[in-house]
Order: sequence, then structure tokens, then C-alpha cells
Amino acid sequence: MNKQASDIAMKGADTAKTTPRKLGLKERYNLMTRDLGWDTTYQPMDKVFPFDEFEGIKIHDWEGWQDPFRLTMDAYWKFQGEKERKLYAIIDAFQQNNGHLNVTDGRYINALKLFFQGVSPLEYAASRGYALAGRNLRGVGARVACQMQAIDELRHAQTQIHTISHYNKFFSGLHENVHMYDRVWYLSVPKSYFEDAMTAGPFEFVTSISFSFEYVLTNLLFMPFMSGAAFNGDMATVTFGFSAQSDESRHMTLGLEIVKFLLEQDPANLPIVQRWIDKWFWRGYRLLALVAMMMDYMLPKRVMSWSEAWEIYFEKNGGALFEDLSRYGVRMPKYHEVAQKEKAHLSHQIWSTFYNYSHAAALHTWIPKDSEKDWLSEKYPDTFDKLYRPRFKHWEDLAKKDERWFNDGLPMLCQVCQIPMVFTEVDTDPTRISFRESDYKGAKYHFCSDGCKDIFDYEPEKYVQAWLPVHQIFQGNCGGATLPEVLAWYHFEPGVDNGDYDLSPDRANWDRWTGTRAAD
Amino acid sequence: MNNNVFIALQTSDEARAIIDAILEDTPAATRSDFPAMVQIDAPGRLVVRRESVSERLGRDWNLQELHLSLISLSGNIDESDDEFCLVRG
Repeated sequence: MNKQASDIAMKGADTAKTTPRKLGLKERYNLMTRDLGWDTTYQPMDKVFPFDEFEGIKIHDWEGWQDPFRLTMDAYWKFQGEKERKLYAIIDAFQQNNGHLNVTDGRYINALKLFFQGVSPLEYAASRGYALAGRNLRGVGARVACQMQAIDELRHAQTQIHTISHYNKFFSGLHENVHMYDRVWYLSVPKSYFEDAMTAGPFEFVTSISFSFEYVLTNLLFMPFMSGAAFNGDMATVTFGFSAQSDESRHMTLGLEIVKFLLEQDPANLPIVQRWIDKWFWRGYRLLALVAMMMDYMLPKRVMSWSEAWEIYFEKNGGALFEDLSRYGVRMPKYHEVAQKEKAHLSHQIWSTFYNYSHAAALHTWIPKDSEKDWLSEKYPDTFDKLYRPRFKHWEDLAKKDERWFNDGLPMLCQVCQIPMVFTEVDTDPTRISFRESDYKGAKYHFCSDGCKDIFDYEPEKYVQAWLPVHQIFQGNCGGATLPEVLAWYHFEPGVDNGDYDLSPDRANWDRWTGTRAAD
Repeated sequence: MNNNVFIALQTSDEARAIIDAILEDTPAATRSDFPAMVQIDAPGRLVVRRESVSERLGRDWNLQELHLSLISLSGNIDESDDEFCLVRG
């Protein structure tokens, strides 16, 4: 027992007959977290923590680390236990009462498929990532925060699997998310994003995920999308979503703390941290293109558009955050103005891509109904009618002639974000694809944007190793050269998991269960 | 100057008491309602007071019970046994 703790214990013994002194939150926190750390003596600390210096970050005093939420381990277990009890009671009720039939429309389930295939495996990856970061950072405050977050993320992966397993009994595409995550072309986007972070050093990892992703960007995923789940009658998803998001609040504060801590420790840390903020803002923003599509196209009842969400959560709240951080010399992430200009195009371009390639995806796509097209016109007055409505009209006409359009060519992918090259020059000519390229050791590499090109140019040795799904198919590493062979390798059932919603067994089942006929 | 802070809470009974308490203790706060979620924005500072919430719930409410109703937040946190503040600027 150290001196402080024994003093308190003594004091407790002295006053045992009267009232024991109740410790304040700050004191309690100190004893139950900081005080549990120690400096090693059998081996030097530098050998025990070999990875917290090579990134160039200078830390002079780990005691300067502030934990905004003073949650001790015992309180953590108590509150997490309470959250789980609530969540599982709701999942039980949902399953017993055929909750899946209460969602607004069978199309909605496709948003869940994308979430389960692309986001839930990230939760598990995050659990591994934080366990690793906690092991590699020598400051006890940071290690406790990473430990809690590693446990949180494991909980999120588990609760999502448990909740969505109910949907898996009734709908396609939910049967093998981990297998798909490791192989499928569109899932290489989230997978490569997270593996990029995990293969960086511990400070870059925490800055990338806790700050750039959790603090700056995840509100865009969890707030409007989960509120959207509630709006669409999905009681199970909104419950796991908000249960997870209540943990995210702690994760976000870890993100803000890590950045403030690094900047307060040494002025030499500023350029390193700024570069990470620039890189991971852009990486995260590109990943959220999938969320933009979910919000604007996949929720039958919509809460807000991607463009509105970007304004509230990035421009307004992100703006306030970066104004606050400007005292440390940090500026807004590079290319944030590009994201702002792309906001009226993003969801339409990504949904069009999935529409083109849904014969090779484990989710169904559709042309928005007329009322939905009108909503898109209203939310995107400058772009939808002019650029995107005519495209949908064309595809709709083809589908009416039984010529549903699927693109049989394999697209070129961006070497960094791994998204097909579908983004356009929104500034000059929004119908022209945005291409960038770099030469490295005699080979040419392609990018969707200046943001992705910058990231490559700074660390080319890292990104030349990217596992690009299209290249892998052409190299014969994905089951074969034909679509059926690749789909078999993905574990997709053709005609069930993929294709147009109107022609899918999901739709036939939905109509049968709910007694609705396809009106439009 | 943009120094906005916010907190988002679930729309449960317990959260309703927290929301009402915040709105009374933070006069400059504005409330926005979404499905299953209430967001409260405020310029510069927003406060959750243990006493105000306890009074509304009619029982002793521990400030850390906030974690059970919380969805998200933005701002620098200052937390004690009696007050949970979000501040900026």
C-alpha cells in the first residue's frame, strides 16, 4: 500500500466509530486508477515499452494526462452491467414479438446488412487495437482508458452479433460477416482503413481512431443513423446503437484528451499531430461515404440528409472543436473544404455505384421511389435533378424493359481508400471523374483525390502493399476469373444475397409476411 | 465565435429529468428533438447538476448515472461529484 492510500486507511480506522470519510470523485479516481500503475524495476521502462518513442512524439510528464470522465473500474463494471441488462431485455422482447416485422419496409434491412458486414467487424478490430495501444503506452491514465475501450469495443461487437442474429433468421446477407469482411470488395474499404491505423504506432493509432474517427466523425454515423433506426421501427438496432454510443462518449473524450496532451507536452509534437489529423480526417471522411448512402438512400423514413448531418456535426461542431484547438496551433484538417463541396454529391455517387455492382454485393439495391426522389431534390436542390435524377430515370427505363443494368467491368480502385474511382471534380466539372496518380519505383499508382494522393506520397512503402480486391481478382487470388467463382469465394448465394431488391427473395418474403403487394 | 457545446440523450423517463434539469440550469441552451434522441446545444457552457436531477427524479441521483442515458457530447468535460460541465472557449 502506498503512502496516500495508507493515510486514508489509517484515517478510516481512526474515525471508524463515527462516520467514515467519503472520498471525493477525484480522490477515488486517483486511488483506483493512477495509483495502480508502477515503474518496472527488473527491466528498464524503455525496454518494457519499446514502441512509444519511434513516432517522434515527446512526452515529458505522463502525470499531465487528464481523464475527463473519472470512471473507476468498479463503477465501470456497475454501469456497463446495467446497460447490458437493459439491452438484453429489449433484445428478448424484440425476438419474442417478431420485431423484424415492425420495421417500415423490407428495404431497410439492407442498411443493417451493410452495418453488420462493414461496421461490426471494425468494433472487434478496435478491441484488438486498443488492447495493443494500452500495452504500448506507458502512462497509466492512457492505459486505463485504452483498457476500458478495448472491453467496450468487444461488447459492441458481441451485442451487434446477438441483436442482428434475429434478422439473420429471416433475411439474406447476414450469415457470414467476418468471412465477408476479409474478402469482399466493398468491405476492403473499412478493413483497410482500420488496418492502416492498427499498423501505425500507438500514438498515431489513438489519434486516428479516438480523435479523428470517434470525436470528429462518428456522430455522423451513430446519431442520425441510429435515430433513423428508431424512426424506421427497428427497436433492436436503436437500442444496441445508443448503448454503444454511450460508451463512445467516453472514447471521444479520450480522443480529445490525447490530442491536447500531446500538444501540451512538447511543441515538436504539433507538426506530427497535425499531419495525423489531416490524414485521418480524410481517411475517415472517405469511409463515411458508405454512411452518406445509408442515410440518403437506405432508410425508408429519413431523419436528415447527409448534407444536413455534415453541416451540424462537422461544420458546426467540428468547427467549434478546431477553433478551441487553435490555441495549440492546430488548424482545420486539410481538404475539409473539399468534403464540404462534395456533400451534395457523395451519397448519389456511392448509391449509383452499389446499384451498378449489386450483383456482386451481399445487399440489394433499388431505384428510389418517386416520393423519395422528390425528397432528394428538396434536400439537394443544386445537384439531384440536374445530375442524378436523369441517371436513375435511365436505369428505371431499362429495368422496365427487363434489362436491369449491372456493370460487368471491374472498376479501378483508389490505392489508399480502396473505393472505386467514382468521385468527380465537383469544383470544375461534376460529371468528370477525379483521377490523381503518383509514380513510385517504376510503377504508377492511382487515387480518387488529392487527399488520398497526399497520404500515399508521404508513406508510399506502406500503401504499395495494399490488398486491392480488383487486382487480387485479376491475379487469380479470389476463387477464379468469373463472377460466379468470385461470389462462391465470398460465400454469397447468387440470386439470394445479391441483385435488385424487387427481384429478391427478401422482397417476396416481406410482401408475404406483411400482406403488402408491390404498389410501386 | 463558434464555441458550441452539445449533449445528446435518449428519450427515456430518466433522461427526461436530466434534459429538464439541463435546460433550467443552462438558460442559453436550445433543445432539438429527433426520433429516440434529444440534443441540447449551448454556447460556451452547459451544466448537468446532480441536485437538479435528483429533485426531479425524487431520489438521490448519482452523476455518473448519466452514462446510462448519454448518447453523445461535444466540448471539454469538467466533472465533480455535484456537477458535470461541458465547456469551450
